Amino acid sequence: MPAVTFSPDDRYNAFITTLDQAETGPGRLSGIAVAVKDNISTRGIRTTCASRILDGYIPPYDAHVVTLLRQEGAAIVGKTNMDEFGMGTTTENSAYGPTLNPSDPSRVPGGSSGGSAAAVASGMVRMALGTDTGGSIRCPASFCGIVGLKPTYGRVSRYGLIAYANSLEQIGPMAQNVEDVSLLMEVLSTHDPRDSTSISCPYRHTPDPTVTGLKIGVPEEFFGEGVDPRVAAVVWEAISRLEGEGAEIVTCRMPSMVFALAAYYVTCTSEASSNLARFDGVRYGPPADTKRPWHESFQERRREGFGTEVRRRIMLGTFALSSGYYGKYYAKAQAARQQVRNDFVRLFRTVDVIAGPTMPTVAFRLGEKTDPLSMYLSDILTVPANLAGVPAISVPCGTSEGLPVGLQVMGQWFRDEKVIDVAAAYEQGVSA
Amino acid sequence: MIEEKDVEHIAMLADIGITKEELPGFTGQFNEILDYFDILDQVEGTGSFEHERANVFREDEIEPSLPQDDVLANTRDAEDGFFRAPRVM
Repeated sequence: MPAVTFSPDDRYNAFITTLDQAETGPGRLSGIAVAVKDNISTRGIRTTCASRILDGYIPPYDAHVVTLLRQEGAAIVGKTNMDEFGMGTTTENSAYGPTLNPSDPSRVPGGSSGGSAAAVASGMVRMALGTDTGGSIRCPASFCGIVGLKPTYGRVSRYGLIAYANSLEQIGPMAQNVEDVSLLMEVLSTHDPRDSTSISCPYRHTPDPTVTGLKIGVPEEFFGEGVDPRVAAVVWEAISRLEGEGAEIVTCRMPSMVFALAAYYVTCTSEASSNLARFDGVRYGPPADTKRPWHESFQERRREGFGTEVRRRIMLGTFALSSGYYGKYYAKAQAARQQVRNDFVRLFRTVDVIAGPTMPTVAFRLGEKTDPLSMYLSDILTVPANLAGVPAISVPCGTSEGLPVGLQVMGQWFRDEKVIDVAAAYEQGVSA
Repeated sequence: MIEEKDVEHIAMLADIGITKEELPGFTGQFNEILDYFDILDQVEGTGSFEHERANVFREDEIEPSLPQDDVLANTRDAEDGFFRAPRVM
């Protein structure tokens, strides 16, 4: 079996694990170095979720997407750094230290797939897998100046993805250009009966950069309070460029945006509180003390093993689901989630795609965001796509203060091809 | 408003483990975040999220699964093909 040699200068701390010799074979990704986020199971390669609680864990099986990469000859050269279990917007919440942004190493790369974005942006790998629960592919793509796609919910199998919030998250492709994102998406998108939410709707597509007659909805809320006016100006310029190539711009409203962020955080923390109950030191990770009583032993293991943000989210979710509060938080969040979905259904009756900024600002300075709520608020523009399950891409569209800005394009359910086409149209229009 | 004793209770329910020194910090942050969540009081109804569903049930046919040794490989405390866990009582 031929191998790809990989000995990068990882000055941005993009990787938790690297393999100096990675097997490759024939296929559509033959010989291509691909990095995999460290919450995706890789047989025989340690998988940490950037958490001390999985220290020493070596998965006994491959995630479905990893099987697909291997089948197509990709060289899996390493596992990338991330916010612990995907919980964060900066990749600072990692037991392996923060990843730095290759555009400006005093800045964060975004998160939670910050290691994958930095590895692609710095040219260490051509492609990477990320995961996106509330923006975790699109945010770092935007901050690092690369392309990242969150596929339609159900289009990529989550089998072997270590779960954080099942009803929201998807694995997706990240690369320096739309063509590579599309190629990787072709490999990832196959039906897998081991994920009961996987849907048979294979992605077989060559990007078509024609936008003549395309209707692009632009919700006012995506340019409202909290969005840096300089970032908004760069994104408007990008949308105008698509208009210049024949698209029609339709301004619109998305009233559910008022509730979207709260609905997202109630839902994801509730799901996390359940999913992360499995980490108790019995089956994997640093062992629990079996000589002591159950609760005492588990509490000690989990206090030491989880970082502060993970503990905060598990507790918030436990509270939101607890007796007496379920109706006030979880039930209301699901009703709000339905309103977000209804807004997309209504808008897609008259527009083909919806566009706006990916992030309200450029990349933060390392250590700049210390207050949890202000960190959460920066996810406001990415969470609607996860709540509704629609596909969304971030494509670089210029700079503000010398730092990358991302244009976000959201599409209809199972029309990932269309958001790829619009991103390709923007990308090719700029380079023409 | 939630108080330190409420946070202590949640930490106990979640088996998360919390120290006295950590309580003021978490309590302050939770109050700030829960104040923000209050916007959900304005949402009408409590309808559940509407998914498009398809039946994914299958015949209960036995398929190959992981060998027992692989399943136990990551524990440091296996005995006679079982995981050892802390005592319940």
